[in-house]
Amino acid sequence: MLAPADMPAPPQDQPVSRSPVCRLTGLGLAGLARLLAGASVRWIASQPDTCQRVYFANHTSHLDALLIWASLPRVVRELTRPVAAKDYWSRGRVRRWLAEQVFDAILIDRTDIKVHQSPVDLMLREAGATRSLIVFPEGSRSVTGEVGEFKSGLYYLAKKRPDIELVPVHIDNLNRVLPRGEFLPVPLLSCISFGPPLWLERDEAKFDFLTRARRAVLSLKE
Amino acid sequence: MPDTTDVNDLRTIALVAGVLLLLSVVTGVGQFLKRHPDRGIDAAAVRTFNLRIRGWWVLCTVLAAAFWLGSTATVTLFGLVSFWALREFITLTPTRKGDHRALFWVFFLFTPLHYVLVGLNRYDIYSVFLPVYATLFVLARAAVAGDYKRFLERTAKIQAGLVVCVYCLSFAPALLALPVAAGVDGGRDANFRLLFFLILLVQFADCMQYVWSRVLGQRLVAAAVSSNRTWEGLLGSATSTALLASVLWWAAPPFEPWQAAIVGLVVAIMGFAGGMTMSAIKRDRGVKDYGTLVVGHGGVLDRITSAGYSRMANISGKAMPRPVRRNSISMRCWRARSTGCSTVVHAPSSAQRGSGCRK
Repeated sequence: MLAPADMPAPPQDQPVSRSPVCRLTGLGLAGLARLLAGASVRWIASQPDTCQRVYFANHTSHLDALLIWASLPRVVRELTRPVAAKDYWSRGRVRRWLAEQVFDAILIDRTDIKVHQSPVDLMLREAGATRSLIVFPEGSRSVTGEVGEFKSGLYYLAKKRPDIELVPVHIDNLNRVLPRGEFLPVPLLSCISFGPPLWLERDEAKFDFLTRARRAVLSLKE
Repeated sequence: MPDTTDVNDLRTIALVAGVLLLLSVVTGVGQFLKRHPDRGIDAAAVRTFNLRIRGWWVLCTVLAAAFWLGSTATVTLFGLVSFWALREFITLTPTRKGDHRALFWVFFLFTPLHYVLVGLNRYDIYSVFLPVYATLFVLARAAVAGDYKRFLERTAKIQAGLVVCVYCLSFAPALLALPVAAGVDGGRDANFRLLFFLILLVQFADCMQYVWSRVLGQRLVAAAVSSNRTWEGLLGSATSTALLASVLWWAAPPFEPWQAAIVGLVVAIMGFAGGMTMSAIKRDRGVKDYGTLVVGHGGVLDRITSAGYSRMANISGKAMPRPVRRNSISMRCWRARSTGCSTVVHAPSSAQRGSGCRK
């Protein structure tokens, strides 16, 4: 297991200086997403911060990652990288450009998971010592709108980097804006709630931790 | 005797000055109450009052800007308000995935197109566009999507949202194209004054309803639906709005004082009907305030429904028989028909082609 100090010095330690086109596209898309999804952003018992964090949220729509990313203040957004599925985001030139250049996303291969190249290791290596991540511990978008069981990735992430703040995020109503299997959005109002950060407790079992994390997301629903 | 344009300018100036004065006075009162919390007045009520005043400033500023820019800007403004209100409405309405495509067209085709038709003054099309064609489309689209669960209920909700948020409200900017006001004296200005006059009455009726309910309120209209709308409030608001309207009759050209009073009365009653309807929907959905869903946002829906209802009444109210004016261009033969609490105007199609009976 890798301790934080053993991590190889990552090249992505500082936000890559992106071209003005990518920057503008990012700003435009963030604004458009917030406008289209009528997103109101709430910070409940927490504050936006540039410290290294992992935002974990329920997953209901393709817009989720974009909207969380757009909901963060610009300084924080520059430091934050969404974690997305490679099979979806590397298909087609536009999508790949958006994922790699605009959102600076970390693409995870869902179909080809190897032991020595686990997604968690990849995420942590890409995050380095400064960048924050947006993850969806359910693994895929929920069909019913209910929050499904969390996969264990979040636990291993917390175990390998106990110093990172884990911030629960709840996304409300976005599954109605752009449901699974649709490509035309309906401009309803949605709500993004950021909760107080949590950490892996000492000797906390995997199941207990994942239940606690899931409950933290659900509690933001009210 | 000054010519009509001068009189017209004077009226506009008087109306603007009056509104500014009134707003300044109530702002002063609100600030005074805020600075002196020991007056025995509920602090929460004072806060609500001040928020309301700020809302009026915003409303007046935005309306003034839109009026200054012209009728296209005003129609666009109302279109945006409708769009936002419909968003809130559908957000609160449980729809199913089968409604998704229907909703997409409702938002991006029917609502904008309806306002385009209003802007083009195609009354013959826009009067039936949403209530008939949009309804049929929503029904068919939801059926094609293959989800039959609670079918009528779902489609009826979308339909209700369209009528309340878009159709009714669009009759406000539609007043700008009404020929009875234009051409009488001062052309377009008179139309804008008329529209503002009606918005003013709606706001006033809403306040008076609250005030009279607080002062005299004994008998609730429907305790299960609204805990602060009383018969006394309705009566008081109807009377005071009628009084205000008859005092301000000069602001809206086609009216004599007694006609203005009737308009005021109708506005108050329709505003009441709209408020009750919205309360019922809110209670059904379990939300007290439409604003609560969106943090820091007052809720457009709360504000527009009474306006929407009244507007429907106004357009027919204006179509009521009225003394023929000397130089009015065309008194169209409007026939008003009441359906439930909202009133719909039906004009003979010949009148739409400009061949209405000329006087």
